[in-house]
Amino acid sequence: MSHAETMVGAPVQVRGAFGRLLRSELRLQLGRRRNLVLLAGLAAVPLLLGLVLFLTRDTDLAGQGPGFVGKVTENGIFLVVASIFVCLPFLLPLTIGIASGDAVAGEASAGTLRYLLVVPVARTRLLVVKALAALAFAGSAVLAIAVVGLVAGAAFFGLHDVVLLSGDTVPLGVGAVRIAGVVAYVALSMTGLVAVGLFYSTLTEVPVGAMAATVVTAIVSGVLDTLPALSAIHPWLLTHHWLDFAEFLRIEPDWQVVAGGLGVQAAWVAVFSALAWARFTTADVSS
Amino acid sequence: MSTGVLDPARVGQGSGDDTGPLAVRTDGLTKRFRSGQVAVDDLALRVPRGAVYGFLGPNGSGKTTTIRMLLGLVRPTGGQAWLLDQPMPDAGAAVLPRVGALVEGPAFHPYLSGRANLDRLAAVDATADPRTAARRRDEALERVGLGAAAEKRFRQYSLGMKQRLGLAAALLQPRELLVLDEPTNGLDPQGTREVRHLVRELADAGTTVLVSSHLLAEIEQVCTHVGIMSRGHLVLQGARSVLAERGQARVSVTTTTGHVGAAARVLRGLGLEEPVVDGLRLDAPVDGLAPEDVSAALVRADVPVVGFEVRRPSLEQVFVELTGEGFDVAR
Ligand SMILES: Nc1ncnc2c1ncn2[C@@H]1O[C@H](COP(=O)(O)OP(=O)(O)OP(=O)(O)O)[C@@H](O)[C@H]1O
Ligand SMILES: [Mg+2]
Repeated sequence: MSHAETMVGAPVQVRGAFGRLLRSELRLQLGRRRNLVLLAGLAAVPLLLGLVLFLTRDTDLAGQGPGFVGKVTENGIFLVVASIFVCLPFLLPLTIGIASGDAVAGEASAGTLRYLLVVPVARTRLLVVKALAALAFAGSAVLAIAVVGLVAGAAFFGLHDVVLLSGDTVPLGVGAVRIAGVVAYVALSMTGLVAVGLFYSTLTEVPVGAMAATVVTAIVSGVLDTLPALSAIHPWLLTHHWLDFAEFLRIEPDWQVVAGGLGVQAAWVAVFSALAWARFTTADVSS
Repeated sequence: MSTGVLDPARVGQGSGDDTGPLAVRTDGLTKRFRSGQVAVDDLALRVPRGAVYGFLGPNGSGKTTTIRMLLGLVRPTGGQAWLLDQPMPDAGAAVLPRVGALVEGPAFHPYLSGRANLDRLAAVDATADPRTAARRRDEALERVGLGAAAEKRFRQYSLGMKQRLGLAAALLQPRELLVLDEPTNGLDPQGTREVRHLVRELADAGTTVLVSSHLLAEIEQVCTHVGIMSRGHLVLQGARSVLAERGQARVSVTTTTGHVGAAARVLRGLGLEEPVVDGLRLDAPVDGLAPEDVSAALVRADVPVVGFEVRRPSLEQVFVELTGEGFDVAR
């Protein structure tokens, strides 16, 4: 045999290649100890919150606390909402910032990025898979809070017909659907932050930098949202509509509010995905 | 310059020297980093198919940057590169599955085992048949001697084991071209020998191998071709013999008392440089002349010859002469 060209035919793509890549990425991210610890940390919130509320239920402190926290002792299902409410300002952005900021920068700093690219895998495809895995992780984070909140709430306080914010009572089944709506809305509200983190992740080979920048972005957005002087830009802030999940707990949710909140997230996703793509597909990989 | 040497300046202009099929070809390949540094300057690589091409150069001479451009990791700021006759980086999706690569040391996920790391790469490869993935992975591990350590986490691997896993990754699929950047880095002498053996074995099976090193001695024995980098330039390229030819041979003639003057006249008469005389010994470079012509001329002139020696500088000496000596990196 004179040359190897007679040995190997032109490579063709095997069917189901994208699915294999995505599964591999999900296994890598969701099986990673650091990420599991983060999820466990979030899942501990409803446990701790439920425990504290349970222990203080017959004292003067009972029924106090912001928003939904006071309602938990009456109906365990509200532990889901209360836990999400508690995690929303910081813990959830932190967890999601770590996972999405690490997406590309983590591979770059480990040097594995260059080996992925020479396998080869197209940069756009790799970025899409990284984004999907980061979104899946964000979804898992919200879901972890919700599931543990539901189980702990049921165990501590039992599940009952749900009294909505308007004072109307709906059957438990209907209430559960409303709570599922809250969880879905919050999960979708994280997509903008994931896109921001992904973009930062393409800028650097230092994952901690991208993670920190993502978390800081969420915090700064929250701070700007409290400054009356900036009320003109408030509706466009990343975090402005996060608390609009409360719409799902009214007897007649205002779907325009819900759609508005999701629309702003979609805008952040569109802008920052485009930036991430433009950056990643042209960047030199010299790590 | 003697025949057989591909003068980079000439082949760069597309002269007729590059006839056979090439596995790697670059024309005017240049990389200027944003810092302003020109790491690779106007490179005209010619790696014939089936060759084992030793890509040599001291630290910082631009070997890794060149390899990154060949593989589409870094975008050239000038010139073009072709792998297996297809333009890079545009044809990367079609070409890279046929190319195995080790770039600037191995890199894997530290918390995964060697085997799981290879599985990850196999899962990423859209052209790899998943049905044969396990077999190919185990064969690659065996081939580099990691069969027994496959279950260990990468974090716990020694430097040499890491290097071997990098080689295993490059061998996951049958390849037409292997690009190995300093594959012997961190290996013990036994491991270095094994890598050389592996390279020779792959080359015998028809694979073209581009192997970089800053140590000539490490790869000299396996190379059929060499390219020598210095400060971003390719200072010499061609079949391995060019390196030896490049170094000027010298003859050393020992004669008997009273014949030194006659011997010197003969050497001068052949157009050689003024010989250095040391007692009864004369020493001169044999510029472009066959040594046997020198001895014949001496005999014709009735000069008694009691000693006749042709000395060529070692490849190492030529290499050092071309790339400069000293501990400091160029830039
Ligand atoms: N990302 C980068 N940005 C700026 N300069 C760089 C970058 N990467 C490499 N260089 C510079 O380019 C030059 C060539 O580096 P390169 O890594 O290609 O050398 P090398 O021949 O592989 O060296 P070694 O034998 O040490 O591996 C060096 O001077 C280096 O400082
Ligand atoms: Mg190098």
